[in-house]
Amino acid sequence: MLNLILRRLLVAIPVLVIVASITFFLVRLAPGGPFDSEKVVSPQVLKNLNEVYNLNAPVSEQYFDYMVNALQGDFGPSFRYPGRSVSEMILTGLPVTLELAMYAVLFATILGLIAGITAAVKKNTFLDYFPMAIAMLGICMPTFLLGPLLLLLFGIELELLPVSGWDDLPGDKVLPAITLGAAYAAYIARLARGGMLETLNQDYIRTARAKGLSEFKVVMVHAVRGGLIPVIAFMGPAIAGLIGGSFVVETIFQIPGLGRFYVEAAFNRDYTMILGTTIFFSALIIFFNLLSDIAIALFNPQARSS
Amino acid sequence: MEASNSIWAESLYRLKQNKLAVISGFVLVFLIVLAVCAPLIAPHSYSYQNLELGAVAPNATYWLGTDTLGRDQLSRILYGARVSLLVGFVATAVALIIGVSWGIVAGFFGGRIDATMMRVVDVLYGLPFIIFIILLMVIFGRNIWLLFIAIGAVEWLTMARIVRGQVLTLRNQEFVLASQALGIGNISLFFRHILPNILGTIAVYATLTIPQVMLLEAFLSFLGLGVQPPMSSWGTLIRYGVESMEEFPWMLIFPGLIFTVTLFCLNFFGDGLRDALDPKSN
Repeated sequence: MLNLILRRLLVAIPVLVIVASITFFLVRLAPGGPFDSEKVVSPQVLKNLNEVYNLNAPVSEQYFDYMVNALQGDFGPSFRYPGRSVSEMILTGLPVTLELAMYAVLFATILGLIAGITAAVKKNTFLDYFPMAIAMLGICMPTFLLGPLLLLLFGIELELLPVSGWDDLPGDKVLPAITLGAAYAAYIARLARGGMLETLNQDYIRTARAKGLSEFKVVMVHAVRGGLIPVIAFMGPAIAGLIGGSFVVETIFQIPGLGRFYVEAAFNRDYTMILGTTIFFSALIIFFNLLSDIAIALFNPQARSS
Repeated sequence: MEASNSIWAESLYRLKQNKLAVISGFVLVFLIVLAVCAPLIAPHSYSYQNLELGAVAPNATYWLGTDTLGRDQLSRILYGARVSLLVGFVATAVALIIGVSWGIVAGFFGGRIDATMMRVVDVLYGLPFIIFIILLMVIFGRNIWLLFIAIGAVEWLTMARIVRGQVLTLRNQEFVLASQALGIGNISLFFRHILPNILGTIAVYATLTIPQVMLLEAFLSFLGLGVQPPMSSWGTLIRYGVESMEEFPWMLIFPGLIFTVTLFCLNFFGDGLRDALDPKSN
């Protein structure tokens, strides 16, 4: 177990360094400097600006400096918001994004598991077909369509829930969490159904039933352990997907999270911000993948050795 | 079962039994024909702006209404279909070429080559590709060919894993060992025995990759990083629709509807194809 974690960590570190390096040089490849704009800036000002942001040094030196600072959690100053550092912006956006992601995951897991396990137990009945059809709809309807539609219906037409903001009004977290979580609820439901169907056919389930255990205990204690492995395996990559989704959801609902900062930085060509958030997101995703690997190993003894 | 019982005939038979998949298939063909013939059948110009007209609700002249710049929605959706479907097919083709070659080489040679190649796939799987695509689009401009390559370069990973698993299994089957014992070369072994047996799987995952790719393109277009005006994809139409959905809901509803229906059909057709080609999986 410890071995597995160590091995994964040993892979994660060089990967992170490579990601950071590729991003660094990609950003340097970008045509035009960060201070090219419609406003004419005098050469002296430009020179001073470049001085402040360490852009006059040779690229190799800039790279080295950047990596050393990044290791210490310092991603440099933002190009577009003078006086604010990238790390500071990440720190203000992160809790918001994590909270949103947490609600979305909670919503997706609860709904997905209930729907998926029910569908597997009641195979080929209405309780199987109906949730699975909804799940297909959830997979096909993109976040950027579902969000506005929910907003139009519950926010504007019915006026039940706030349409934007975060932590301002009661209930303003409901729509974003549902929007972000919906597709994952659908995937989890399908995976849970598939995994449970397979497990319910195993011999040890028959043994459990033969022992005279109640059906509830057979399903919820014995079958779930094996049947939900696909769901757990999905959770790591799902977090990566959630981050992509948070770009859209935070933009639609005007939530001051990391995702919206990233999209804004991309539009403003705020290169240090892009660079910092990319590295940060990569670290986050690698970390969650590691967590999901560990969880799989805990649930499935076969995966521990391989 | 009819007299013919080759694997493909049986699969086709099973596919035809699946009504949902057959209907989805027909809808998709219909959409593709509409997209290809867009210049012939579009009732209005997709780019002509009639600012005096502005956004009008669906009526006899403009079946699906017009957008805020007075452009005909139906024509824009038809032209948008060209871009969205083209991205879907081309980027899937890119993913297919990379993924299938990668998976075949890894599975066919096995051993250390396999271990290394799959390690690379594992590592790439863990990366935030969505962020990289956004980065690429920001840095190199919003070029549609770059979009194809970037999306294709992301979506090949699953394909590589699946193909590699299939090849690995086939490699250890007795008929392959038998033909090797008879002295068959690697190349003809591959084309005669391995490739025909993985074609079905490839077809299934290609069909299921197309909706993923289209979603990704629409996502980028929604953020404003995809196709640029006056061209439009369904993603850009949804983006404009969202901007003015309060006053002119038809601008969001029609592109959203057709996009969802298309993804629905692609998924159902792909699932049907999988069940037909591999009855065991069901």
